[in-house]
Amino acid sequence: MSCCGAPHDLDEIDQVSGLIARKLAAFLRTLRDSAFAIGLRESQDAAALIAAGYAEKPALLRSAFKHLFSARKTDWDKFDGIFDAFWLHTRVRSRSLTTGSAKAADNPSLKTLRDISQQAGSQPTTDQIPSTDDAADDRSGEGRNEGASRADNLSDTDFRTMAEPQQVEQAHAIAARLAKAMRARLTRRDLARRRGYRLDLRRTIHANISHGGVPIRLVKRRRKPKPLRLVVLLDASGSMSMYTGVFLRFIHGVLDEFREAEAFLFHTRLAHVSDAMKDKDAARALDRLSMLAQGAGGGTKIGESLQTFNRWHASRVIHSRTCVMIVSDGYETGDAALLGREMAQLARRCRRIVWLNPMMGWEGYAPEAAGIKAALPHVDLYAPAHTLNALAALEPYLAKL
Amino acid sequence: MKGRDQIAERLSAAGYIADGELATAISLMQLLRRPLLLEGEAGVGKTEVAKALASLHETELIRLQCYEGLDQSAALYEWNYQRQLLSIQAHRGDDADDIEHLIFSERYLLERPLLAAIRRDKSPVLLIDEVDRADEEFEAFLLELLSDFQVSIPELGTIKATSIPHVVLTSNGTRELSDALRRRCLYHYVAYPEVDREARIIVARVAGAGASLALQIARLVNAIRKEDLRKVPGVAETLDWAAALVGLDVRDLHDAPETVHETLTCLLKTHEDKAKFRPEVTARLLGKVA
Repeated sequence: MSCCGAPHDLDEIDQVSGLIARKLAAFLRTLRDSAFAIGLRESQDAAALIAAGYAEKPALLRSAFKHLFSARKTDWDKFDGIFDAFWLHTRVRSRSLTTGSAKAADNPSLKTLRDISQQAGSQPTTDQIPSTDDAADDRSGEGRNEGASRADNLSDTDFRTMAEPQQVEQAHAIAARLAKAMRARLTRRDLARRRGYRLDLRRTIHANISHGGVPIRLVKRRRKPKPLRLVVLLDASGSMSMYTGVFLRFIHGVLDEFREAEAFLFHTRLAHVSDAMKDKDAARALDRLSMLAQGAGGGTKIGESLQTFNRWHASRVIHSRTCVMIVSDGYETGDAALLGREMAQLARRCRRIVWLNPMMGWEGYAPEAAGIKAALPHVDLYAPAHTLNALAALEPYLAKL
Repeated sequence: MKGRDQIAERLSAAGYIADGELATAISLMQLLRRPLLLEGEAGVGKTEVAKALASLHETELIRLQCYEGLDQSAALYEWNYQRQLLSIQAHRGDDADDIEHLIFSERYLLERPLLAAIRRDKSPVLLIDEVDRADEEFEAFLLELLSDFQVSIPELGTIKATSIPHVVLTSNGTRELSDALRRRCLYHYVAYPEVDREARIIVARVAGAGASLALQIARLVNAIRKEDLRKVPGVAETLDWAAALVGLDVRDLHDAPETVHETLTCLLKTHEDKAKFRPEVTARLLGKVA
């Protein structure tokens, strides 16, 4: 898709000079590198916009392009920065950038990244993670330091071991079994139903054609079964570092095997990692994950992470058939009362919360940490899990939930 | 663009105070013939955009409210089975082909919003509300309809659009929409209005609200939105509250702090939020507004 920009545009618009067309093509490339989904139709429409006089004022063109090219809130928020850096650099940017953007064809991803990091320094890394290797080389001093420290954290928490083929296979097998067991469960609604749903007239008539249209056999509307969605929140803090690898493998399996699943990682803050982990390229997936997992191996703020989850992700991620699985030892370094409140909030949204605690496998362990004490009243299943095998043993309990 | 300023003017004449960018979006809708996808928090006035658009084009508003399990027969068309069955009884003995021809004619077709929207003489505004509540299958079907603007009914043949509707979709983000649908649409994020605009909205919508009171209300609501709340009040709540204050004859918020506090129920819709807003909090915010 990325190659369809320039030549077609040139054919399409003869009203605009070739220079603008080339510039536009370069801009579209820049956007694509920033993860905007832009195809031929968008290119044509962009050209049509310019031809229709929207390029009179920069602010107008920016607003028009913003509506055309954005597809979601994250796009919407970062568009102005990208636009200004590309089109208005003559006034607000240094000359080195000007030449850079004119020859964007050589290595556009570099340029985009640099633009963004200069334009909006506060841009959260969770939103877009272009190929990290390029970025680390070319970033400013501050960025490079960050990158290095991330790499350290990564090796500490041992995310890399998840690439071992045998264990990956095992994790997938367990996740698949779990998916099967949990999928087959009936909802209360199905059990409580006695008289069935509304009459489906269309099907009733069709089914009774052989009786001359006299409705003898009635067909009722059925609810479409909704697949169970599993949302995993994994604690990646220092106290959990022995187990993070195991559960990451499991999450990988879950994302593959469940029809609908989402994964989050948290320590002192929360990161949505589903997209990064679904990456087909295993090496790149790990790279993206390590970007997201910055700060892993430190303390845990479960309450704050849950608050972020409840506020920003819950409404999208949780539906009526969702099971939330929290994997954590419950050693809260933040406010335990906050954790209790947020657990209550979460429990109101979804009826099934599983809390897996690796520490429970230890002899003589009792749930005395303030965090776990605050959370337990809202948990439906509290169980030990410290290896893949222990996880597999949970299958019957999870299936019943 | 001259058209754009006109649009903003005519929107405000229709009672919708738009931000500058929305006017651009609407002018783009006309130019590119693409649907407009509106996202934003609940109660920021997404649905109102479609209503204002309809009055701007002086045309009909056809609304399809999406919900879980919405299917073609509720969204597109349905045969009137009861009438068909009666008709079969009434024409008993006639030639079978004739009967078939009769009962699968337009007379027995029940139009649902989507079909209605493409069969008008004048392009209506089609509002597909809360599209994220519908199932994914329905979204795929919608995508097909929005690109071809034709419907095939097996018994009747293909119905082509006589008018291309102005399509507005809204989403609250209960489910992630597909990339394909997003790419089809122009995107506009509706944010909470800034203080000035909200004040103008209050003046436009609430009869009897003076400019100074409206500004005070807008400022206070803006301050309330910055508090840590479970449910942040939207524009609809602001309007309710303004109407309540006007109804209680409040001219200046500082004159009636107790009334202000008591009527905050219009804005705060959960128990926790209400418990959090003790009179001191209201007084503090009122102090800031001055």
